[in-house]
Amino acid sequence: MADVTMTVNGKTVSKTVEDRTLLVQFLREGAGLTGTHVGCDTSQCGACVVHVDGKAVKSCTMLAAQAAGSEVTTIEGLASGGELHPVQAAFREHHGLQCGFCTPGMIMAAVDMINRLGGPLDEATIRAELEGNICRCTGYHNIVKAIAAASAEMAGVRTAAE
Amino acid sequence: MTSSAEGIGARVTRREDKRFVTGKGRYTDDMTVPGMAHAAFVRSPHAHAKVTSLDASAARAMPGVEAVLTSEELVADGVGNLICGWMIHSKDGSPMKMGAWRALEGDTVRHVGQAVAVVVADTPARARDAADAVVVEYEPLDAVVDALDALKPGAPQLHPEAEGNLIYDWEIGDQATTDAAFASAAHVTRMEIRNNRLVPNAMEPRAALASYDEAEEHYTLWTTSQNPHVARLVLSAFYNIAPEHKLRVIAPDVGGGFGSKIFIYPEEMVCLWASKKTGLPVKWAADRTEAFLTDAHGRDHHSEAELALDADNRITGFRVKTVANLGAYMSLFSSSVPTYLYATLLSGQYAIPAIHANVKAVYTNTTPVDAYRGAGRPEATYLVERVMETAAREVGMDPAEFRRKNFVRSFPHQTPVIMCYDAGDYDASLDAALQAIDYAGFAARKAEAASRGKLRGIGFSCYIEACGIAPSQAVGSLGAGVGLWESAEVRVNPVGTIEVLTGSHSHGQGHETTFAQLVSDRFGVGLDTVSIVHGDTDKVQFGMGTYGSRSGAVGMSAIVKALDKVEAKAKKLAAHLMEAAEGDITLEGGTFKVAGTDKELPFFQVALAAYTAHNMPEGMEPGLKEGAFYDPTNFTFPAGTYICEVEIDPDTGKTEIVDFVAADDFGTIINPMIVEGQVHGGLTQGIGQALLENAAYDEDGQLLSGSYMDYCMPRADDVPSYRLMTTVTTCPGNPLGMKGCGEAGAIGSPPAVINAITDAIGSNDLVMPATPAAVWQAIRQGRTAEAAE
Repeated sequence: MADVTMTVNGKTVSKTVEDRTLLVQFLREGAGLTGTHVGCDTSQCGACVVHVDGKAVKSCTMLAAQAAGSEVTTIEGLASGGELHPVQAAFREHHGLQCGFCTPGMIMAAVDMINRLGGPLDEATIRAELEGNICRCTGYHNIVKAIAAASAEMAGVRTAAE
Repeated sequence: MTSSAEGIGARVTRREDKRFVTGKGRYTDDMTVPGMAHAAFVRSPHAHAKVTSLDASAARAMPGVEAVLTSEELVADGVGNLICGWMIHSKDGSPMKMGAWRALEGDTVRHVGQAVAVVVADTPARARDAADAVVVEYEPLDAVVDALDALKPGAPQLHPEAEGNLIYDWEIGDQATTDAAFASAAHVTRMEIRNNRLVPNAMEPRAALASYDEAEEHYTLWTTSQNPHVARLVLSAFYNIAPEHKLRVIAPDVGGGFGSKIFIYPEEMVCLWASKKTGLPVKWAADRTEAFLTDAHGRDHHSEAELALDADNRITGFRVKTVANLGAYMSLFSSSVPTYLYATLLSGQYAIPAIHANVKAVYTNTTPVDAYRGAGRPEATYLVERVMETAAREVGMDPAEFRRKNFVRSFPHQTPVIMCYDAGDYDASLDAALQAIDYAGFAARKAEAASRGKLRGIGFSCYIEACGIAPSQAVGSLGAGVGLWESAEVRVNPVGTIEVLTGSHSHGQGHETTFAQLVSDRFGVGLDTVSIVHGDTDKVQFGMGTYGSRSGAVGMSAIVKALDKVEAKAKKLAAHLMEAAEGDITLEGGTFKVAGTDKELPFFQVALAAYTAHNMPEGMEPGLKEGAFYDPTNFTFPAGTYICEVEIDPDTGKTEIVDFVAADDFGTIINPMIVEGQVHGGLTQGIGQALLENAAYDEDGQLLSGSYMDYCMPRADDVPSYRLMTTVTTCPGNPLGMKGCGEAGAIGSPPAVINAITDAIGSNDLVMPATPAAVWQAIRQGRTAEAAE
């Protein structure tokens, strides 16, 4: 067993867990944050993407113990003060989700994509960058639109702030 | 709020989205119950084997293990075998041959992944560890995985009930008139067509949480179901789990279904049984490997098709022989898929005077096959549209004009294979698609692509499908074990807010939005005053669930009927309150008005009056709540034209879809944004079938493509953005004129893609999935054949 402490969405979470506990299990079962999903067992689908110290990580592929001491952000921690994050708002506005199961991972991957690459992002870039996230409902069409819109909006906000 | 802004036809953003984009969706695996234990299944590594011994002693001694339960105990407790609920008779009149399917198998396993025992432990990991420690000895038997092989003499036999692995040998249409059409044909196009096996792959794996209350002798099951009431009915009536009033089934947020979550599977049954057996709530959540091995697969047909033409290139006959692989056991609706959901659509959009189809359904040592998005209709469409394209090429006609020449143009149109098309305008969707793709400019685009060393091709698909299943009496006469109506209840609360209880289930379709749009449109109330309740057998009395694109055409029709009753009563009450004649009352913008006067009462005041009951018309009961059942009068017939343009790199065989146009006729559309989303998703699944996806088995019955490392799911950079449009003929058979849109994309797109590729490469010898290797081979073979001529 291992004592693991990390900061999740700004709060300190400490649990004693089996050594083999994955970060996604720590978040879902330990911290009670079930917004992060498990859609496969081969690190392919991306439903479990969270941010660890500001980087997108597939939380099914990282041990909880490896994330000890880290700052973790999950889908539940993305909105602030009751306001949806621009990517969350764009997914809703552009119908970038249907069943909602892949959505948390998609949104966390998209936020990371925009943070890394800036914006506005073009369609080819978005499609290539979504390689690690599978959606079975939307055919990606509206996910791509949502991310393009959010990246443009966030770039606009950044430009305005500079 | 006026009805027009949020009503029928409005592009309203979804009300359910806030919880999904913030991680607050509640799926089955998110549920916990105090004291909950976890199940892990012991599964067969063999496709076909005798179970000779099972030793659970080591597993039982492991930490945290509550129980290891086996087939013997399951059978002793009287848990019933899994059933197929649609009786098909062979052409000789004999009933289909259904082999016994136990939720846990103790004697003979028939596919890889079949469960033989279950471990219940305090954590998922400990349950998995203990499952690995259960020692099962097997005596492997020869396996057969291909349906054609399974029919050969001497093939390994799966079930004693089904001699030669033949489940049924069924036919539809008139053989004599069809044969006569071929005898006098000016041209006959013949093809062998394979429809590849697919794995549905809803992103949420199946899961179940079963809790037994000993004091009340009552079970609760949270499960990933598209139809919780059907699940309860089957679990109760056939599997002897509990009587219906002692079993509550809840399907909370469900992460996609595509058909795979219609059926009752062994794991959900076993969790219920184990929760009573152990006295603990028991949860099981499939991992993706289990999903690949145990979720019902789709498609898997071998067919021979022949099309007869007269000298004027009009179709005179269509003759089809299909062998359908149903896997190792007959899943819940498996028998209906390659029969009444398939061969009844073989007339396509065309006036064909004579059709005959023969379908043999076959057992093999593979995962059971059942309905997957489109269910039979994609197989029919692929067959018809590949043959149409090929016939056009053979007789030297433009493929669009060949189709147009043979379109059905007068309605209703009775086909030779049961279906009676009620409305459509196939020219309209073909014209719309041709214009959008700029068909006249294709030759120039092809030449330009050639200058870059690319092979460019164009392919058509004029699909038709049957949705809105279905008139109960009709499906009953065809063998269905259930009726296929839908129910609704509209509860107007005293303050005027409205709850709509529906037997439909939303697992991505957006019912919480579209169903509320209907109420808003009808009563002129804001969407925020309406809530949609579904997915819980304790809340909704009964319903048949969501599949076959039926929630709009059938589910919403039931809501319309209930709204009719609510409106009639409310108008009567409003007339009484305003001292006016009932016939003078109108309901506009959320207000009851007396025509020709300035008298009016807001909707909520009439609702309140119904509950205070201080001043009611004589004989009127208090309250404002009405229920309705709606039984369809016919199937609905969505149809359309898809045109695909591809470019192929002849050196690698890689196909790129450079343009895809979809012109659909779905009848009335409630929310265009949601309908477009359904088409996008369907198209991508169809393109996945055409280019990428294949459930491949080796000859021993091992699933080679059993993970996302091996089974090629469409990803964002595999598919294009789509260009969608709609043409409208309303459906005369239901009050809203809706046809259904959930499956069209998956039904119509595979032949468009393959027709485009074969057009580009000039070789028609290509099977799905058209991987780069397959296309490269086809190019090479085409060149070799050319050189030999």
